[in-house]
Amino acid sequence: MATAAQVLAGGLLVGAVYALFSSGLTLIWGMMNVINFAHGDFVMAGMYIAFLAVAWLHAGPLAFSLLAAALLFGFGTAVYYGLIRRVMRGPTLAQLLSTFGLALLVRYTAFWIFSANFVTLPGSVLGGTVKLGPIFIGIPQLVAGVAALALTLGLHALLTRTALGSQILAVAEDRQAAMLMGINPDRMQALAWGMASAAAGIAGALIATFYYISPTVGESLALIAFVVVAFGGFGSVPGAMVAGLLIGLIEATSAFYIGPVYQDVVVYALFVGVLWVRPQGLMGQRA
Amino acid sequence: MRRVLVFLAVLVMAPGMMLGPAARDGVSAQAPVKVGVLLPLSGNAGAAGQASKAAIEVGAQVVNEAHPEMPALPLAAGAGLPRLGGARIQLVFADHQGNPSIGQSEALRLITQEHVVALQGAYQSSVTFAATTVAERNEIPWMVGDSSSPKITGRGFKWVFRTTPIGPDFAAAYAGFLADVNKMGHPVKTVAIVNENTEYGTSVGGGIHERMTKDGYQVVAQIPYNANGTDVSAEVLQLKEKNPDVVIFVSYTSDSILYMKTFKTLSYQPKMVIGDDSGFSDPSFVQSVGTIAQGAINRSAWSIGRPGSATYRINEMYKAKTGRDLDDTSGRNMQGFLVLADAVNRAGSTAPEAIRKALAETNLAPRQLMMGYKGVRFDATGQNILASTYITQLVGRDYVTIWPASAAQHALDWPFKGSQQ
Repeated sequence: MATAAQVLAGGLLVGAVYALFSSGLTLIWGMMNVINFAHGDFVMAGMYIAFLAVAWLHAGPLAFSLLAAALLFGFGTAVYYGLIRRVMRGPTLAQLLSTFGLALLVRYTAFWIFSANFVTLPGSVLGGTVKLGPIFIGIPQLVAGVAALALTLGLHALLTRTALGSQILAVAEDRQAAMLMGINPDRMQALAWGMASAAAGIAGALIATFYYISPTVGESLALIAFVVVAFGGFGSVPGAMVAGLLIGLIEATSAFYIGPVYQDVVVYALFVGVLWVRPQGLMGQRA
Repeated sequence: MRRVLVFLAVLVMAPGMMLGPAARDGVSAQAPVKVGVLLPLSGNAGAAGQASKAAIEVGAQVVNEAHPEMPALPLAAGAGLPRLGGARIQLVFADHQGNPSIGQSEALRLITQEHVVALQGAYQSSVTFAATTVAERNEIPWMVGDSSSPKITGRGFKWVFRTTPIGPDFAAAYAGFLADVNKMGHPVKTVAIVNENTEYGTSVGGGIHERMTKDGYQVVAQIPYNANGTDVSAEVLQLKEKNPDVVIFVSYTSDSILYMKTFKTLSYQPKMVIGDDSGFSDPSFVQSVGTIAQGAINRSAWSIGRPGSATYRINEMYKAKTGRDLDDTSGRNMQGFLVLADAVNRAGSTAPEAIRKALAETNLAPRQLMMGYKGVRFDATGQNILASTYITQLVGRDYVTIWPASAAQHALDWPFKGSQQ
């Protein structure tokens, strides 16, 4: 019983973090039908920003998360203006490949700067374990999980409850009509790229408190993000949240009860099954 | 404009002209001998691959430059390969990213396009297993410096040679060590094996399982897992439930780091943790989780040795290049390279068959080696029958040799401490 509770708690915490780094991906997709293959590498960049902020500035978790968000926001907007806006005029394949190229560029730049070595943040940055009855919860995981849920909900609220969010969604729905209403679509899409990248940056900074950091870490995270986004429904932030939590739970329970080597089989089988029944994902809208 | 162009042309060519006399100096009129090296230079094992690359480059330095201060090592004292007119060895590296099929295509590229006379590699046993078939088919000798799956040399191949100790050698070392631990009054009866699920983990994990069962230990769990996974809590919770006396990991780097972090998060502390080299020996492992893995047991055939010794000097060369000490895995690769270079020299030719024959006739004594093997002599399958290993333990930031007693620098710290200093 205690072990089952431990398995579930661990799964939920991992799932919350999945939700956070997937929400940015789903936002960009919802805004402009562009898949950002570089998303996992943005997360990786957030991790290294946290690492450098700790090494050079002795920054605390709040400071380096905000720093990662700010820098990635700037980077995301720059990517929009410098790259995406131009390739959006080209064929769909060019859009796909441009973010793929961006992913490799970011990854190999990290190789060049940081080498292939694995690094971690010192345990003193954010460490320790809390014991809830029989359940052990790592404080870094708890902080990351709670912050991830809060940020995902915040992002959802921003999109659905504020004027700015309405403008972003208006551009997503109909660019021409939004322009007629006096909305500058370029600015809104740049903002969406900035926010999505900032979400990836914060996710990276939070994950860095309990995970290893390496130039290739974005690869495995990106795969999960794609599954979460497709599972939850392309473009749906709440969908990404539910799907992230579900995948975290499914992974944890199947790894424990069936065996770690089978967890991917279970996750992907369910994934394909759900898409077969609901091709638009759990909370996506039918195209 | 024209004058500018001439000036630029001179600028571009000048370094080449200046190199001219140096390159003609003495021996290098001979074309260099090309040796291809396949390693995971990127991907999850990229750090370990880069460390091995640096080690093999130091090995080439030892061969290509004169190092009279290491007289016992073959080819160290003089510069280049004397039997080939002083020719130098030129290394051609290829990155297989840990992917067996890339390993195969890169091996083929090195053979057909780079015209290497021999190959070495490739870290992950799964890649070595696949890529050596290409060398065998093309009749080019392949030196395995580090991959330890027994299957690699068990296929009747003529062109594959391996200097490193392999799965059964490690299992024997662990069994001998645990027997001595029991004699010291620390009862160790139950064992759990946690292995990554490609060739390396499966074969070494299986070998350890077999040996432990044979020696009367109870193997309470064997947990295979995917080394690219993002979370290892399930594995650690299973260990917690089974509560073995000793946990043996056969793991790569990123997963080893996650295990130590998850041990701490879930407050799990078995009496003994053994990490089968690879991940636990990666310098990034010690750097990132060394402080929470205190007392971890490892194996190693590498020991820096006394100041002034050949191993000490080699370590200084490696340190000057990378900023850190040589590790066991990279050291085994350097040793593999040195044995290969010695064979190419004895062959006196770059013909593959001559090199193969020279490799098969290799007979090196311990004092001619930089690693702690009992020598190098290959059996009919190409496996070094004199390969062996020490047992080490992580104390502070270093692994110190604790077994066998004849080589021990330090007594066993019992039990595993994790982060409790």
